[in-house]
Amino acid sequence: MEKAIVLAASAVGIGLAMIAGLGPGIGEGYAVGQACSAIGRQPEAHGKIQSTMILGCAIAETTGIYSLVVSLILLFANPLVKLL
Amino acid sequence: MDVAINGPKILFTLPFAGGINITESVVHGWLVVAVVTGVCYWLTRDLSVTNPSRKQIIAEKLVTLVQGLVDANMGPQWKHMVPYIGTLFAFSFLSSVMSVAGLRSPTADFSVTLAMALVTFVLIEFYYYKSKGLLGFFTRLTEPVIVMTPMNIIGEFATPLSMSLRHFGNIASGAVITALVYGALAALSQFILGWIPNTFIANIPIAQVGLPAVLSVYFDLFSSAIQAYIFVMLTMANIAGTAD
Repeated sequence: MEKAIVLAASAVGIGLAMIAGLGPGIGEGYAVGQACSAIGRQPEAHGKIQSTMILGCAIAETTGIYSLVVSLILLFANPLVKLL
Repeated sequence: MDVAINGPKILFTLPFAGGINITESVVHGWLVVAVVTGVCYWLTRDLSVTNPSRKQIIAEKLVTLVQGLVDANMGPQWKHMVPYIGTLFAFSFLSSVMSVAGLRSPTADFSVTLAMALVTFVLIEFYYYKSKGLLGFFTRLTEPVIVMTPMNIIGEFATPLSMSLRHFGNIASGAVITALVYGALAALSQFILGWIPNTFIANIPIAQVGLPAVLSVYFDLFSSAIQAYIFVMLTMANIAGTAD
């Protein structure tokens, strides 16, 4: 019974953790939009804008990846079950 | 129907030091090392200044590409970083793209990406020491005010952690999603053909044609290339940032 409660709570927690995907999604979308308008204004700076944008997107993605790692740990290597 | 998502399998155990487990990731890493070494050896045979062969032009193109990347992102005084950046990119890209051949990517294992990020971390600390001296190495942690020291120390260790987690998370999530889609499509083909009494026809995975190929282009080719590029870009930005 205890194990069932822990497992159910973990499953809910996995889903809740992935809500963190919202932030990077909005952030990256905004960054890409700004990069598109920058390329529209200055097409000759295309390469530089693109590499900066990809780097910025990668850094903005970090929090999303953290939540993914938390949910992967809860899915495949749940430390809470071992505490019982 | 079952969907199996496992960590890397342990292939064999070395009998000393209490048993060192050699996993799939390590063996596939050796494969990547062998491929990179072999290709480099093959490309650099019979070089000539006056009459370059076709493979020499390819080799020169690859070297110029990495040199241009380092030049644009770090500056000409970091020319000695070109071999390291090139190796890192080749290892990261080839080990992620391996999953096209059905082999488990070494970079879908956190140990591998953490090892890659730790090498970069050691280089960052070394270049801080080189550019600032022993005193500056420690006093940079107390900037801008001394209260920030714990934050700065955490931030120092967060760099390799976030770099490795990003690489691992992207590749591993691709592997998990691909496995889930394969499982779902297997169930769908069971649903479509399961009523046929002939077991051979009923087990044809009809729904698994097409969609996995599209996913593979995104997760295996695009994601691998982007993650290798990002890892290399962050390495270059962090190492070049030690000088100022």
